[in-house]
Amino acid sequence: MVDRRRFWTAVGAAALFFLSALAVTPLIGSSDVAFSRAWAGQSPDREILFQVRLPRVLLAGLAGGALALAGVVFQALLRDALATPYTLGVQSGAALGAVIAICFGWRAIGAFPAVWFSGLVGAAITIMVVVGIASEGRRMSSFTLLLTGVTINAICMAGILFLHYTAGFTESFTIVRWLMGGIESMSYNTLAILTTGIAAGVGIAVVKSNQLNLLSVGEDWAATRGVHLTSLMLICYLLGSFLTASITALTGPIGFIGLIVPHALRMVVGADHRLLVPTSFCVGGGFLMLCDTVARTALAPSEIPVGVMTAMLGGPFFIWLLRSGRRSLWA
Amino acid sequence: MTLVYALDGVRVRLGSAEILRGISLRFHEGELAAVVGPNGAGKSTLMSVLSGMREDYEGECRFRGVEISQWRKGDLGRRLSFIPQNVRIEFPFTAEQVVYMGRTPHCNGLFETPEDREAVRRAMETTDTLPFARLDFRVLSGGERQRVILAGALAQEPSVLLLDEPTTFLDLKHQISTYVLLEKLAREGICVVAVTHDLNLAASYSDRLVVLSHGEVAADDVPGEVLTRRLLNEVFEVDAEILSGPNGRPWVSYEQPAGQLPTQGRHPW
Repeated sequence: MVDRRRFWTAVGAAALFFLSALAVTPLIGSSDVAFSRAWAGQSPDREILFQVRLPRVLLAGLAGGALALAGVVFQALLRDALATPYTLGVQSGAALGAVIAICFGWRAIGAFPAVWFSGLVGAAITIMVVVGIASEGRRMSSFTLLLTGVTINAICMAGILFLHYTAGFTESFTIVRWLMGGIESMSYNTLAILTTGIAAGVGIAVVKSNQLNLLSVGEDWAATRGVHLTSLMLICYLLGSFLTASITALTGPIGFIGLIVPHALRMVVGADHRLLVPTSFCVGGGFLMLCDTVARTALAPSEIPVGVMTAMLGGPFFIWLLRSGRRSLWA
Repeated sequence: MTLVYALDGVRVRLGSAEILRGISLRFHEGELAAVVGPNGAGKSTLMSVLSGMREDYEGECRFRGVEISQWRKGDLGRRLSFIPQNVRIEFPFTAEQVVYMGRTPHCNGLFETPEDREAVRRAMETTDTLPFARLDFRVLSGGERQRVILAGALAQEPSVLLLDEPTTFLDLKHQISTYVLLEKLAREGICVVAVTHDLNLAASYSDRLVVLSHGEVAADDVPGEVLTRRLLNEVFEVDAEILSGPNGRPWVSYEQPAGQLPTQGRHPW
């Protein structure tokens, strides 16, 4: 069913899409940049390409990939095709943390901007609370997980609303902008840390992809086919939450990718997680790089929130895929 | 016959209700045992203990000499296969992919080996499911799905096969062919335990009938000894005639006792 040839064809095509986006999108922008001049170290091409655009494109690639993968993991965990990286509350936990930092005017904690740090702390607290409530004794059930996550989500959203309501005019504007989500350039050090973490996450998901297949069918099904159910569910929850939290803290919420990329890929490569995990990461990353390029160039010099672009570009494509009624390429 | 399961005084409580009240049973290799009983008798709960999914039971449930809760899940997955009632799949897996999932406990690494492929092909041939191997599992009929699930369990190459109502959605031909297959598997040395509501199929093919009632074992013997008018009346609350079936096994013809028939044509609600 998944032999090596089929695996490498699918993953190779997805990786090619990711790499092409990574190679092309940094060269597109409101000012013309030539790669040859930038490579030769000429100003301002060098600064624009390597200090501004490339870090931003890299972040978009990592963010899109991580969010699509988190969607795959949560959909398998909850056996719900409509689950997103945001279903289980970790995103609103991160958002609440970030909003607190904005409201109290915190600038920096250590070497990092306070918004990132506070967002990560908010996400971490949410994760601990959800795991603590959802794992009664030694068993974990996806139903309790879902209810707990949705409730925590609602509580955090209420907190954000309250803080937003009491915030001053400037803070209020910053909060709205942050909640729209957006990709910014950041230091290569931050990107290196992020890349390491996300690469580890992708690795775990690939190793567990056989078991994800079982889990996406049923808990009884998985438990009698060699899976230690509670630990697999915990790994899935932590993995999806970690991917979502690290991206949300840096970019704010970016919707649609985690829902639509896995679905589109299921129509193309099928439901097998051995294919779905790596292709979702690559296609999600490539897709967000393209969306962010449109977002920063279409109305230059002003920008469109990238979340607007993901839905506006991805939505019609997805509906076309749905209408074309194409069966899986591999089935 | 090698002993596979030894249960002694197994009790399961769910909240304040006691679902199993001290079950003691033995299951052996090469044996096809049918577990029957009215709704709520504890059949599915018994299966959840046997399959190793439930660890909050009291008493002993030894699987090949070791308490089932002590087994590592991977080791259990290579020895034991469980077919739950009613498998619903949310995602577009093909029938063949569902069967391949049975190979997961045997997998080293990501990809299938030639042995995996051969095991899957054989399992699908045996269950008559090859014609729709490439179809989306969700478009199959209830009976076809059930056969695909059975194929998945066979591909797992277990030495113990546990089934929860394997023939519910099957047409007559496949009900019989499923039991013929289960009987054949038992003859090959597998320990087969099937929960069912079809007393006649169970009586025709199984070596043993285990009757559960209110969480206790009401009877456990060869079908000819178990199926009596008295037992059917007490446990299943039906009036029954025990006839002789074509292969000399008992054949039960039953109806609800006259006093309990619902009022015809006029419903109390």
